[in-house]
Amino acid sequence: MDVIADNLDSYLGGIAVTLWLSVLSFLLAVVIGVVVATFRVSPLRLLRTLGSVYVEVFFSLPLLVWALLFFFGLPKVGLTYPPFTSAVIVLGTFTGALVGEALRSGINTVPPGQGEAARAVGLRFWQVLSLVVLPQALRTMIGPLGSILLALVRNSAVAAIAMSVDDLMWRSDQLATSTAHPVEVLTGTFVAYLILTVPGTWLVNALARRYRFTR
Amino acid sequence: MKKRPMSLLSRLLVVMALATAAAACGSDSDTTSADTAATGGTEASTATSSGATTSSASGSESSEADEGSGDGPTVEPGTSVAAIRDKGKITIGVKYDVPLFGLKNPTTGDIEGFDIEIGKMITEAIFGDDSQVEFVEAVSKNREPFIQDGKVDLVISTYTINDARKEVVDFAGPYYVAGQDILVKADDDSIKGVDDLNGKKVCSVTGSTSLTNVQEQAPQADVSVVFDKYSLCVEALNDGRVQAVTTDNIILLGFVADSDGDLKIVDNPFTEEPYGIGLKKGDTELRDFVNDVLEQSYDDGSWKDAFDRTVGQSGQEAPTPPPVDRY
Repeated sequence: MDVIADNLDSYLGGIAVTLWLSVLSFLLAVVIGVVVATFRVSPLRLLRTLGSVYVEVFFSLPLLVWALLFFFGLPKVGLTYPPFTSAVIVLGTFTGALVGEALRSGINTVPPGQGEAARAVGLRFWQVLSLVVLPQALRTMIGPLGSILLALVRNSAVAAIAMSVDDLMWRSDQLATSTAHPVEVLTGTFVAYLILTVPGTWLVNALARRYRFTR
Repeated sequence: MKKRPMSLLSRLLVVMALATAAAACGSDSDTTSADTAATGGTEASTATSSGATTSSASGSESSEADEGSGDGPTVEPGTSVAAIRDKGKITIGVKYDVPLFGLKNPTTGDIEGFDIEIGKMITEAIFGDDSQVEFVEAVSKNREPFIQDGKVDLVISTYTINDARKEVVDFAGPYYVAGQDILVKADDDSIKGVDDLNGKKVCSVTGSTSLTNVQEQAPQADVSVVFDKYSLCVEALNDGRVQAVTTDNIILLGFVADSDGDLKIVDNPFTEEPYGIGLKKGDTELRDFVNDVLEQSYDDGSWKDAFDRTVGQSGQEAPTPPPVDRY
C-alpha cells in the first residue's frame, strides 16, 4: 500500500480533475437535456423528430466510440479541440441524451390537467413548460438526475483512455505502469472513485427525500 | 423512523466497499500462495508420473533430443520447465499492436513479430515443436499481474528491463537492445534530438519508461498527451496535437513503414532499452532455461533468422545479439 501513500498527490490531483470535468460536463448535459426534452414534448413534429433522433443516436452509441470519433475524427475536418474541452463536449453531449429522457419522463409525471389549466389562462408553450410543468417535474427528477450525474463521474474515466485528460483514471494508468504495482494502484483508484461517488449518493438521496411530494 | 433503514443501507455499502478493497489488497498474496500450491501440485504429480513410468519419460526425452538440435537446452524433470511441458501448453503474453514485434493481423488473426518468433523458439525448446504455444495480449499495465497471477508463463512484449520491474518479476535476456528515438512529421526539421523536445508536445504510452526518460532528459517537454496505445499517439501526431512521438526506435520504425512517407525517425537514440522476457519472480529454473535457449539461438543463427524475418523487413540490419544477463 506504500504505492498509494507515496503517490497521494497524484490521486488528489486526479480527483480534482475528475470532479471538475464531471461538473462542467453535467452543466452542459443539463442545457442539452432541457433543449432535447423541450423538443420531445413540443407541438411541432419536426422538433419532436429531431429530439428523438438525438436521443436514439446517443443511446445506441458506446461512449468510448463517440469519444474516439470526436477526438480523432474532427481534426480530419480541421476542428481540433484540446483534450479537456473535447472531454467536456463528449461527456456533455452523451449525458445530455440521458438527461433529456429523464426530464421528459419527469414532465410526463405532471398531471395533464396542470398543462391544460396553464394553457387555459393564456400561457404560451414555453411559459407552460418553464413556469408550471418543469418546476413540478424537477422535484420528481432529483433521484434520476442524481444517478445520471454519478454515472457521469464514472463514465468520465473514458476521457483518460480516449482523450488523455489527466483525470483520476489517467493518473492511475500512469502509476500502474511506472510503479509496476498495478493491482495496488487500481485499488487506490477504486477507493478514490468511491470517495467521489458514495457521498454523492447520500446527497442525492437526502435531496430527493427533502423535495419529494407528500401525496 | 424513515431515516433508519436508509443510513443502515449506506453503512452497509461502506462496509461492503471496504471489504472489497481489502480483498483486492490481499488478492496479490492470496493468488500467489494459491499458485505456488498449484505449481507444487503439478510438480508432485510430475514426480510420481515420472517415477511410475520411468521408461516412457526418458523415452520421450531422448526422442526429443534426437529430433531437436543435440546441444540445445534440455528439460530436466521436476523443474518448473517440466511443469509447463506436462501442462501441455505454454502461455505467453505479447503485444498485439506493435508492428515488427507483436502485431495481431486484423484480417488473418495471426500474431506476427520478433517477440512472437522468440516465443516460438522457447516453445520449441520445451515441447519439440511450436504448436503448444498460446499467445495472449499483454498491454503495458497488465504485464506484472499476468505474471504474478500465473495467467501467463512468460511475457515477451518489448518489455524493458528496469529496477522497479525487477522488484516484482524476474527477467531472462535481454534478447534485444533498443534505443529510444523520436518520430516526427517528415517535413519537420526542428527536432534533431532529445534536447529539441523541450517546449514541444510529445506523446508516448501511459506510464512507459519512454515517458520517464523524456521527463528526465528534456524536462521542459510537455508530456501531457499519453495514450495506452502507440497507434493513438501516431494519430495525435498526424492531427497536429503533438509535435513528436517518442519511444523505442524499433517500435517507431513500424509506424514509419506504414505512413507512406508522412513520418520519419530523427535517428538519434538517447537511451538503451534492453528487452527482457518477464517471468515469475524466483523461478530460476525457467529463467536459466530461457537464457540457455536465447544463447543457443545466438550461436546457431536462429536469432538472426528470426530478426531478419520480422524486424529486418523494415530494412534494419540484424545487430550483434546482446549478452544475456544472469543477474
